[in-house]
Amino acid sequence: MSRFAIPLAVFVVLVAFLAIGLGHDPRTVPSPLINQPAPDFRLAQLHEPTKNFTAKEMRGQVWLLNVWASWCVSCREEHPLLVEIARSKAVPLYGLDYKDTREDALAWLTESGNPYLLSATDTDGRVGIDYGVYGVPETYLIDKEGVVRYKQVGPITPEILEKEILPLVKELSK
Amino acid sequence: MKRVGLQLLLLCLGFVALSAQQARPLADDPELEKRVMALSNELRCLVCQNETLAASQADLAVDLRREISEQMKAGKSDKEIIAFLTARYGDFVLYRPRVTPTTYLLWFGPFALLVIGLGVLYRYLKQRRELISQEPLSPEERRRAEELLKAAPEKELA
Repeated sequence: MSRFAIPLAVFVVLVAFLAIGLGHDPRTVPSPLINQPAPDFRLAQLHEPTKNFTAKEMRGQVWLLNVWASWCVSCREEHPLLVEIARSKAVPLYGLDYKDTREDALAWLTESGNPYLLSATDTDGRVGIDYGVYGVPETYLIDKEGVVRYKQVGPITPEILEKEILPLVKELSK
Repeated sequence: MKRVGLQLLLLCLGFVALSAQQARPLADDPELEKRVMALSNELRCLVCQNETLAASQADLAVDLRREISEQMKAGKSDKEIIAFLTARYGDFVLYRPRVTPTTYLLWFGPFALLVIGLGVLYRYLKQRRELISQEPLSPEERRRAEELLKAAPEKELA
């Protein structure tokens, strides 16, 4: 029996590590942006292209920046929840329309409802690079000082909203 | 035979079409392109994760190669560009992990395992040597051994 004790222990440890590894989502890469100032940008607004939107003008508010696109399939999955956030006014929601055309983006919002207070257009994806965007949708929670406090890669789920985002919004709004 | 020739031709055409798609030029300057590709080979495409930035055709990879080539044109060093990318995407973009306390296990773990393995092997060999009895044979044992050795060939013949 004791002959097998050590290999068995090694095997159990290995299985435990593999099990933990399987539980991780390989698509979630830890963002170096957490607790760092949100990169500033100045981009044309989607609905009023002559006007700009800057990250700086949001100072003093806790807000969500949701990176979306009309071509993004997972965004459609997330959309009802965004509408819900907008309706509840729990936190101001702004959009970053990533690598999209104005016509497609406007058509998609008209068709399905616009949850955003306003959207900025990142047509060539440069601001996306500054934010480390690699899988749309992505959502950033930014505090009053303009620091990124939370990042969600992929669609927000009701669970994430309830357990992660809203409590954090409450805490940061104090 | 004619048919095989036609198939071969079609196959070759297929390859031409394929390479035509892959060889999208990054820059007009071949020197710069070489530098971009060399650096991209060290970087991970975040969309596909198991591909390098150089090999990936994902949209983001194309954008990042463009960004790299622009920064190189602007005179930035490879180090500065890597700093730019890791500030945005984290150390995950590096194919060659940095040596930091969190990666010590990754870098030095295999060597630690080797040392442990050698230690276990040494102990095992030492134990085995101790098992071999060092006592010389007694006269009685020697007589028996000789008897057995003499008996053996006969047995084999039979």
